[in-house]
Amino acid sequence: MKRTVFRNRWLPYLLVAPQVAITLVFFYWPAFDSVRLSLYRASPFGDRLIFVGWGNFARLFSDAAYVRSAITSVLFAFIVTVVGLALALVLAALANTKIRGLGIYRSLLLWPYGIAPAIAGILWLFIFHPSYGVLPYVLSFVTAYQFNWFLKGWVAMTLIVVAAVWKQFGYNLAFYLAGLQGIEASVLEAASVDGAGPVRRFLAITFPLLSPVTFFLFTLNMTFAFFETFGLVHSVTQGGPGDATSILVYKAWKDGFENLQLGLSAAQSVVLMAVVIGLTALQFRFAEKKVTY
Amino acid sequence: MARVLDAAGRVDVRAATGPRRRDWSGVLAHAILIASVALLAFPLYYAVVISTQTVSQATSLPPRLLPSTSALQNYAEAWHRAKMGRLLINSAVMALGIAIGKIVISLLSAFAIVYFDFRGKRLVFWMIFVTLMLPIPVRIVSTFEVMTQLGWVNTYWGLTVPLMASATGTFLFRQFYQTIPDSLAEAAQLDGAGPLRFLWSILLPLSKANIAALFVILFVYGWNEYLWPLMITTTTEMRTAVVGVESLVPRGGSQLAEWNVIMAAAIMVLLPPVAVIVFMQRWFVKGLIESEK
Repeated sequence: MKRTVFRNRWLPYLLVAPQVAITLVFFYWPAFDSVRLSLYRASPFGDRLIFVGWGNFARLFSDAAYVRSAITSVLFAFIVTVVGLALALVLAALANTKIRGLGIYRSLLLWPYGIAPAIAGILWLFIFHPSYGVLPYVLSFVTAYQFNWFLKGWVAMTLIVVAAVWKQFGYNLAFYLAGLQGIEASVLEAASVDGAGPVRRFLAITFPLLSPVTFFLFTLNMTFAFFETFGLVHSVTQGGPGDATSILVYKAWKDGFENLQLGLSAAQSVVLMAVVIGLTALQFRFAEKKVTY
Repeated sequence: MARVLDAAGRVDVRAATGPRRRDWSGVLAHAILIASVALLAFPLYYAVVISTQTVSQATSLPPRLLPSTSALQNYAEAWHRAKMGRLLINSAVMALGIAIGKIVISLLSAFAIVYFDFRGKRLVFWMIFVTLMLPIPVRIVSTFEVMTQLGWVNTYWGLTVPLMASATGTFLFRQFYQTIPDSLAEAAQLDGAGPLRFLWSILLPLSKANIAALFVILFVYGWNEYLWPLMITTTTEMRTAVVGVESLVPRGGSQLAEWNVIMAAAIMVLLPPVAVIVFMQRWFVKGLIESEK
């Protein structure tokens, strides 16, 4: 830890003032207000708040639509994360040799990170478009099944999963490639000398040695899929068809802004807050172990 | 004993066929990476192609995968219909405002935390730390009420200031300052330089790389933010470009889907952040690794 060297009575307060002020007004105030609001509901005329205690939470957890939304979110986040990481890991492992031009590949892989989830969704929306899209067209030669995401929940889910995985893929692959470069070739050589085949080498050595990278990418992708995909859902499926893609963040927004159920929406915010705290704690617990990226 | 012989045999075989094997794995690696790059680029290629076609070409079957000649009309149409000029300015204000504001604010607070001893330092540090757990989606309704009370709905203040404070930047600079030898600050003091002088002429030039890295990450984040502008702007004049593209997407069957115009708008909107990533890639990679730690 650095020894502090400057002495001044008021300057340090002045220096932290902007950050503290913004944090208080735009983070703490709304967060506490969410917690407070979650204990109230608006009166029938909307002119005052009625204290309902845990009422909103009890309502949420007994509400089939909310439970469905929670399951949808967890499913969505898990599929995006697991599919994205597995794909990236396998390709990275296959491509892991000392080859020329790794830097060029990295440039060609990283750019989708710059595309907003909402825009990524719109690009894929057209590829999936039931009437004009290239994907249903190609599939129509294989099967008579109608891959129409306007009508079928799982197709809509697939659409947003694909868009999310696509956006994150190059980024995941770049991190795995970097992680693989850090594994000593001699370790793998030694294993192959001992008669371990490529699959065995991958499972016994590469995968465990990459676990810090995997863990880092896991929490990152989970956080992304949970909290940064609002734009994707809003611009593509709008939660539909039915509520097949209504993830928690989208539902909290819709209940608050379109259905104007403030207390209920605030209670959903509080639940989401618990999820972030869990994910952050998880991240720091493992970061403590001096994981090196 | 047999094992050793076996092992020795394998080593010999490897040595004999070494170069050839390496060549083949190199070819495989290139093939996999090129395939990944192509697959990753396809949605963008398709969007660009559609943006150059007429409506009837864009909605014809089989889908046309080659560019046509209507690019100019489509981009002009998208520009006018979505008021793209205004929206891009709004996005630029938001992205630059957040990036620059956040860098300045976190630079100052990290300086105070590392180079000063003051009462309440721990409290300030933890206050900033906790903001990691309060992303926008967990404060949806309450944040809007705060913005209404401040009169910041539909203003550039509202689009930028509330997103300027968060822990990422502060931690990044704090970590970096801690690696700077104490002797620098001592020498500055001996020369009679005050803390602000030290910050301006020594710390700031040393932080250039970190500032550039953070800038790329924050610019992309600010440009692509979706939920925030959707919540706190209610007029088309104050909307950002990413949200504006969504408003072109037809909802319900009656609207004519001009996908060529939508894709032209999408390309215009995704270009700036992707360009920043491509042209500042070195800083982008540094920023990714450091800010996600």
